[in-house]
Parts: sequence; C-alpha cells; structure tokens
Amino acid sequence: MIAHVEIPGLPAGIAPGKVAVWWFLASEIMVFGGLIATYIVFRLGGSGWAEASHHLNVTLATVNTLVLLTSSYTVVQAFVAAERRDARAVRGHLALTILGGFIFLGLKAVEYTTEIRAGFTPGTGIFWSFYYMMTGLHALHVIGGIVVNGAVLATEGVSVRHPHRVELAGLYWHFVDVVWIFLFPLLYLA
Amino acid sequence: MTTATAEHLRHSVWTTYVFSTDHKTIAKQYLAQGLFWIVVGGLLAGAMRWQLAWPDTKVPLLGEIGPEVYNMLVTMHGTIMVFFVAMPILLGAFGNFLIPLMIGARDMVFPRLNMLSVWTFALASLVMLASFFVPGGAASAGWTGYPPVSAKPVYTGVTWGINLWILGLALEFASFLMGGVNYLTTAIVLRAPGMTLARVPLVVWQQLTAAALFLLSVGPLIAGAVMLLMDRTLGTGFFSPELGGDPLLWQHLFWFFGHPEVYVVLLPALGFVLEVLPVFSRKPIFGYRWIIGATVVAAALSFIVWAHHMFISGMDPRLAMPFSVTTILISVPFAYLIFAMIATLWRGSIRFDVPMLWALGFLTMFIGGGLTGIFNGSAPADIYLSGTYFIVAHFHYTLFSTVFFGGFAGVYYWFPKMFGRVLHGGLGHAHFWLTLVFFNVTFFPMHHLGLAGMVRRIANPLQYDALVPHQWINVLATYGTLCLLAAQIPFAINILWSWLAGAPAANNPWNATTLEWAAPSPPPHLNWGARVPTVHRGAYEYSVPGEPLDWLSQDSAPPARTETGSPR
Repeated sequence: MIAHVEIPGLPAGIAPGKVAVWWFLASEIMVFGGLIATYIVFRLGGSGWAEASHHLNVTLATVNTLVLLTSSYTVVQAFVAAERRDARAVRGHLALTILGGFIFLGLKAVEYTTEIRAGFTPGTGIFWSFYYMMTGLHALHVIGGIVVNGAVLATEGVSVRHPHRVELAGLYWHFVDVVWIFLFPLLYLA
Repeated sequence: MTTATAEHLRHSVWTTYVFSTDHKTIAKQYLAQGLFWIVVGGLLAGAMRWQLAWPDTKVPLLGEIGPEVYNMLVTMHGTIMVFFVAMPILLGAFGNFLIPLMIGARDMVFPRLNMLSVWTFALASLVMLASFFVPGGAASAGWTGYPPVSAKPVYTGVTWGINLWILGLALEFASFLMGGVNYLTTAIVLRAPGMTLARVPLVVWQQLTAAALFLLSVGPLIAGAVMLLMDRTLGTGFFSPELGGDPLLWQHLFWFFGHPEVYVVLLPALGFVLEVLPVFSRKPIFGYRWIIGATVVAAALSFIVWAHHMFISGMDPRLAMPFSVTTILISVPFAYLIFAMIATLWRGSIRFDVPMLWALGFLTMFIGGGLTGIFNGSAPADIYLSGTYFIVAHFHYTLFSTVFFGGFAGVYYWFPKMFGRVLHGGLGHAHFWLTLVFFNVTFFPMHHLGLAGMVRRIANPLQYDALVPHQWINVLATYGTLCLLAAQIPFAINILWSWLAGAPAANNPWNATTLEWAAPSPPPHLNWGARVPTVHRGAYEYSVPGEPLDWLSQDSAPPARTETGSPR
C-alpha cells in the first residue's frame, strides 16, 4: 500500500476548488446569458411588454434587491471571519446570509401570489412567460445557494478547517446576486 | 478538494466496483453503459431501416410499425446515439481513463464528484429507458425536439415520453457538466512535474477543448429545455405564436448548443486518431502546436455557425450569408487537421495493426463527410438539400466515422491498458473490414436518395410516386444496415473473450511514448508506484536520429551530457 501520496505539479496559488467553481460559473453565465439575450431580442421585436411590466410590484422587488445585496456583504464578512479562523463570526454571518435568502424567497412568494390572484399566470402572455421563468430559475439558484451556505455553515461554522469553502460558497452567492442585478431592471424597470 | 486521500485506499467490493472513486473504474462504468446503449440505438436503427425498405410489414420481434412508432424510433435513435453512446464512450470513458494517466496524475482532482457524475448519468439512462414504457410511448418529436410539435402533447400524442426525454437529457447534461469541470480542473492543477502544456498529448487537449465547449454551449439549451417543459406543463407561450412566442427560438437555442456539441463528440475521437497515427507510423505527429491552435480556432468558430442548420427554417434570409461564410471558414482549421494527419503518415513506417486500420478508416470516411459538409454549409445548395437523405448521409459520414471508426481506434488501442489483455487480431480485422464495407453500403446510396428528393423522417417512401423508382436503394441500404449490425458480432465476441481469457498484455505493447504506457497494464489504484513520473520530453518522440530505440517515453531521462556539454 502506498504510504505517501503527493500532489505533484500543483502550481502555487491555484486552488482546485476555485478553478472548478469558476468553470461552473462560466457555464451558469451561459444559461442566464442565453436567457437574457433571448428576452432582449423578443422584447425589442414585440409590443405590449412595458404595459405588462407595470403590473409588477417594484417596491417589493427593490426591497428584495437590497436584501440580496446585503446578503452578499454578509457572505464576504463570513469569509473574512473564516480567514481569522473565527468560527463564531462565520456562523453568524452565514446565518445572516441564509436569512437574506429566505427573506428574498418569502417576498418573491408574496409577489407571485398577488400576481396570480390578479390573473397574471405563466400562460397570460409572453412577458409573463419570461417573468415567471426567469425569476423562477433565479429562485431555484437562491435555494441552491441557501443549501450550499447551509452545508458550509454546518462544518465551518463549528470550527474553521477549510476557510476556502466559505469563499467558494460566497463566489456562488455573488453570482446569484449578480443575476438578480440584471433581472431587476430588465423585468421591473424597463 | 482531495486527491488520493486516505479514504481512497480503503477497499471493499462495493467501493471497488460500484461506488468507486477510481477514475479507471468510472471510465469502465461509462463504457459499459455506452455499450449497452449502442445495442439499443443500433436495434432501433435496424427497425427503422426495415420499415423504410419494406413499409408496413412485420419487423422481426417488434411486429408492424406505424408512422407514430416510426417517429419514436427516429427520435430515440438520434438521442441515444449522440447523448448516450457518443458522449459516455468518447468523453466519459476515455476522458476519465486517459486524462489522469496521460498527465501523470493519480486520479481526477475531485474523485467523488467524478463518481457523482457517472451515477447521475446512470440515473439519466434509467429515465431515458423508462420513457419507452410510459403510456403514449417514448419521445417522438425528433432528436432535435422542434416545437410546435414538441411543445404541445396533443401534436404527438406523447405526454410523459417527452417530459421524461427532457428530464433524462437534463440529467445527462448535469453529469457531463460535472465531468467537464473535473477534467479541466484536473488538467490545470494535477500535471506531473515536467508535464508542461506543450508536452500534453493531443488527445488530452482534444478532451479539454471538448469539455470547455460543452460547458460554454449547453447553457442556452438548458434555458430552452426549461422553457419547453414549462410550455408543455404550465402553459407558457415561449414557442406559441398565439401568445407572442416563436417556435424558431427553440431552433436557435438548440443549434447554438447543437453545433458545438458535434465537436464535443468529434474532438475526443479526433484525439484518438491523433494518438494512433504517430505510433503506427513511427513518426512524430506533424505540427503539434498548430494542431492545438487549429482545434481551439475550430472550437471558437463553432459558436457562430449554428444557423446553417436553419437555412430553410423561415428565419431572416439576411442571416444566411453570414452563417454560410463562418461555416465555410470553419473548414480551414479542419482541413489543417486532416492535412496534419496525412503529413504524419507521409514516409512513415506504417504498421497496419487494428487500431491503425480504424484510424485510417476514420480519416477516409470523415473526409467524405467533410466534403458534403461544404455543400450543406453553402446556403444556396443547402436550400435544396436541407431535410433530405443527403443530410442523413452527410452526418452519418461525419458522426459514424467519429463515434465508431474513431471510437474503435481508441478501444482497440487502449484495451490492453484498460483491461490488461490483448485483443484478438483476426477478429479485429474482420470487424474492421466488414464495418467499413457495410457502412458504405448503408450510407453512400443515401446521397442519391436525398438528391432524388427523399426527405427525412417519412415512415413510408412508397407513398410518394417520385420515390417509388428509387425504392431499391432503400432496400439496399437496409441490407447494408442489417449486415453492419451483424458485423459488430466479431467485436462483441472479441472483447468478451479477450477480457475473460485473452493473453496478458505487456505494459507497452505498441512501443508508444505517452505516459499511460509507462504504467502497469492495467494500472493499479492510484496509477503510479511511490512517486509519480517526471516528464522530460514531448509526447511524440518517434524515430529520433541517433537513438537505439525508435521511441522515447515521455518519462525517459535525457542522455547524460559529456564534459564538453554536447549530448553523448
């Protein structure tokens, strides 16, 4: 049996996890990039989109944007704490990040409910098809981010052994945040 | 995050053969699933051809096939061959097996992600298999799943079949996304000492380019698949003009992925051939760096050619010329690759072992497919040819040569390393020559059928008076198909018999230079002994002047220098 197993040829400063997460994010960018490009092309070529968009609740979405931005701040703080090996602060900041995710999803659920009650369902028209699909796919990513942050919280929040895991979870959370930064003006403001 | 950690070293039957994190076992699991699907996909093709030659007669074992079942056969044959045969074998099996061995690593950088990837693929396989048995049958909207047919269940009569088809493909994509991230990260961080990027064997370059291509092209189709599923189940209108949607949107999203996907499948097989040609010509590969450059250029161009699949779709005709230009442009890097292969053969000491036969078969047959591609890529010609059997002939000359000629070159070349056994040469020769002949009997006449006006996806050519005089060609192609299927029997016997009772293989039976041949056959868990190899030279040092052997392994140390400083 091999007693000693080395990792050869690992250039200093390249963490495998970071390389992998960036490749993963590149593929995710293509998912949302394709979707957003499609939305823009359809919207430029169609009519009636702005009127449909006026039925959305801009106030709630603005609050949601601020919630997500704040949670991006707390996830950075969690990484700073992880580099200090301060498990208690990691725990606190990741919990706040996850809380931000849940608030976002809660407000989104309120929005969906009022819209569906007002008669705007996915089958109402092309704007609503895009609206439900884009925000729905984003919401799935928020749920995914909550799961990832929760998994990191469960280990690194107890004692910090792998601070880079907090960073990787944060990278993904930032991505989810950035997607929303594109969706918010495209769907609500334009 | 771990490579080769202590948990790697604990073994039981379950962790050795089933839930293994060893890249070589995972490669074999992909291979086994791909071989299973070849049988399914091949038999579906046999049933299709039977219906086309002798319409509405009883197919052996299946009974009579109506147009609905025929649509299902067409759809599932295409889906299975591209996503469940080509990808698991060319990328899943060979990518997993070769990348760590050829760069001198002990395993993939994320072994557990690797295991998750193969089991996600198994789940995708199960979903796809289950879709045959749900009420309404399997998907029947074509392997490209064009709406409106695919978007409304009433148009096909297939409800769960298409939903499961979308789900199965989504799982398959997830599996290969995990695999692709793993391949790329492994090659970036785990190369052995001395294995610079300019010494990495070409097949690894091809696998990595394919992985990057898949990662970057599949996203828009994932978005499209979610749209299609929502159109089918939630009543959204992405592909319904009455709600403001557009069926053409799917074609754009599908082919934005679909054309790079062709190269995702092609590049690994091209890589096998690029490995085999120098070994059996005893010559260095011609233009190593230019081959890498041409590959990357072709990959990049593949993102801007997709609308050549849509010349007659009704898209804005002003798009036709730009996409014709990019399509013709992409033949430049591919022509370079083909010339590099031919130049490698030039004045080589060619050995006609079985892997070499398949590699040469790939080269000749692929040129045939490439030439018809020029017709199809040019919009004025394609307007006549699109959607006919000329296209069917074209993409079988490219894809069959890739997946089967290229794939078999890989299987025959690396089988001794994978299983530690030698394949039978006579059976291999029989397999090759029969496949070569009956492949051409099947597909060459289809060029004529297409030019004569036979369109794709019709279940009964005899319904069209203009096609009746050409029916003998359909019969000929069907005999070709049945013989082509039978020609795989020597292969099945060969791998089963050799795997169980073949002669043990030497570590380096072909006198090849790349690192995998420096490992035992088959390589043990973690591949190398106490230390990983150190790389001293490029991947193709054959027939180096002044050397006693006509090959220098990548890990063989350079000759000691004399006091004057000159070698030897």
